[in-house]
Amino acid sequence: MNIIVCVKQVLDPEIPPAKFKIDPAAKKVIPPPGVPPVISVFDERAVEAACRLKDKQGGKITVISLGPAQASEVVKHAISMGADEGFILQDEAFEDLDSFGIAYVLGRAIQKIGQYDLVLCGRQSADWGNGQVGSILAEILGIPVVTLACDIEAADKKLKVKRIVKDGYEVLEAPMPSLVTVSTELGLPRLPAGMRIMIAARTQVPVWKAADIGAQAAELDKAKAHTEVTGLSVPSRKTECEMISGDSPGQAAENLAAKLAKLM
Amino acid sequence: MDNKGVLVCGEIVEGKLAPITIELLGVGRKLADGLGEELSALLMGGKAGGLGQEAIAYGADKVYVAEDSLLDSYNSDAYTQMAADLCRKELPSIVLLGHTDIGTDLAPRLNGRLGGGLAMDCLGLSVDAAKLLVSTRPVFGGNAHATMVSKTARPQMATLRPKTVPPAKRDDARKGEVIPVEGKLDPSALKVKVVERIKEEVEGVKLEDAEVVVSGGRGMGSAQNFEVLKELASVLGGAVGATRPACDEGWAPMTLQIGQTGKVVSPKLYIAVALSGAIQHIGGCLGSKYIVAINNDKEANIFNVAHFGIVADYKEVLPALTAKFKELL
Repeated sequence: MNIIVCVKQVLDPEIPPAKFKIDPAAKKVIPPPGVPPVISVFDERAVEAACRLKDKQGGKITVISLGPAQASEVVKHAISMGADEGFILQDEAFEDLDSFGIAYVLGRAIQKIGQYDLVLCGRQSADWGNGQVGSILAEILGIPVVTLACDIEAADKKLKVKRIVKDGYEVLEAPMPSLVTVSTELGLPRLPAGMRIMIAARTQVPVWKAADIGAQAAELDKAKAHTEVTGLSVPSRKTECEMISGDSPGQAAENLAAKLAKLM
Repeated sequence: MDNKGVLVCGEIVEGKLAPITIELLGVGRKLADGLGEELSALLMGGKAGGLGQEAIAYGADKVYVAEDSLLDSYNSDAYTQMAADLCRKELPSIVLLGHTDIGTDLAPRLNGRLGGGLAMDCLGLSVDAAKLLVSTRPVFGGNAHATMVSKTARPQMATLRPKTVPPAKRDDARKGEVIPVEGKLDPSALKVKVVERIKEEVEGVKLEDAEVVVSGGRGMGSAQNFEVLKELASVLGGAVGATRPACDEGWAPMTLQIGQTGKVVSPKLYIAVALSGAIQHIGGCLGSKYIVAINNDKEANIFNVAHFGIVADYKEVLPALTAKFKELL
């Protein structure tokens, strides 16, 4: 089974709020110094889903990441988890693309890779969280899509996917190839171990430019972007935290309960 | 540009218009009035027609009803096909959906097919001087807000987070038109089959619906220690949540994870226990009316977003808090 996983490198969501700074004019987040970016958690779950399928029935996992040269770190992370190979899609023309542009570039790269039975993406990115690249990519590739998966099984050229919904889950049956977006409920990703870490460390991740994947300039034209970010701001939070005290923590708790009971 | 009007993609739950649909009709009405254009709604399902008048009462000028039993429950392929066909025929300028189980799946697919411009999980929608839809949405887990527009791509699409706007007012005297959709679904285009739907019974209140959420973080120390949170939650008629580290440790199920990479909740009262408040976590609870922080580290970030705080070991606070609430409520 050939699986392609799309992964993105993002700002570490576990940073304290004091380190979160934006540049409103550029409409971008300023990466905090000394905090290395990480693989988007949903994408890491997608890699895990691919590894579980490969554990069961063998196959090949190819990882692609659209991003700067340092995105090779997330590709290597995926390889250390069990992916077989990976590519970075990096080109000046790929910077600041909207969801359609990103899906187009990923689609070109997938067509270059050629053979696939399953394409996996995270349900959304853990930074901008637009939540649409996977679905647009499926439309571009002309394959079915199942979103918000928490479990994927493959048998007899069919996929059985559990999709998380508000009050439970759905079980869906999709043909191969299909695209599936993966949610956190899939469970914890494996920790890279032993030999795999060594293999990943030694891997040179090839970089594909626009010309390598036959990406057309007209499709990457920012003047034709489907969506445009016109503003970025940090919402004002004018909360003053009222510290509740007492002779003992228990007394403070009682004072707090009395206060809250009046507000509720 | 030929695209005109606002279209709400409605949802039907247990034979009724879903609350989010009534909210969308309210927002859609305002946008349509601002543009001087019509508001229409699309209702899909074997008995959708019976709800046409109701959608009109809530503000729609036209209601398209697609009465096909294949649309009775959500099927991604079928809904996408039906909605895309209608949009290609009626050419709405704006298409609104709920940020729900249906909307999060349908909106990006529909947009991929139509080539429009979509903003997901919006907190605010308006039209600017150039009559463009301006969508405000949380990014970086709600730690920042972005505004987005689609200058040329049509339709301009958005999914709206439930409960961010009041529901539309019902006026049964309103007049409108209910129009059956003539196009038929092509069954061969339905590639993905829904095999079964499993409702998971949760003990007590569902996290997303809870008015009170009691959340624990890494400082809880063990799964067993989560019991005190459950006790407090049950006294308050609320639900228990957890941070990503606590879920990763296995102290709470993944389905209870709150934050940028988990669930977003906005209860009346959010009690954050032994959690520091990383950006990814607070993104999931910032919409709460009151945030209470209990942490033994007075420098913890959670105090920066909390309304009330106690600096102490939660083990010395929670039993007394639970007991006092029992007495007062």
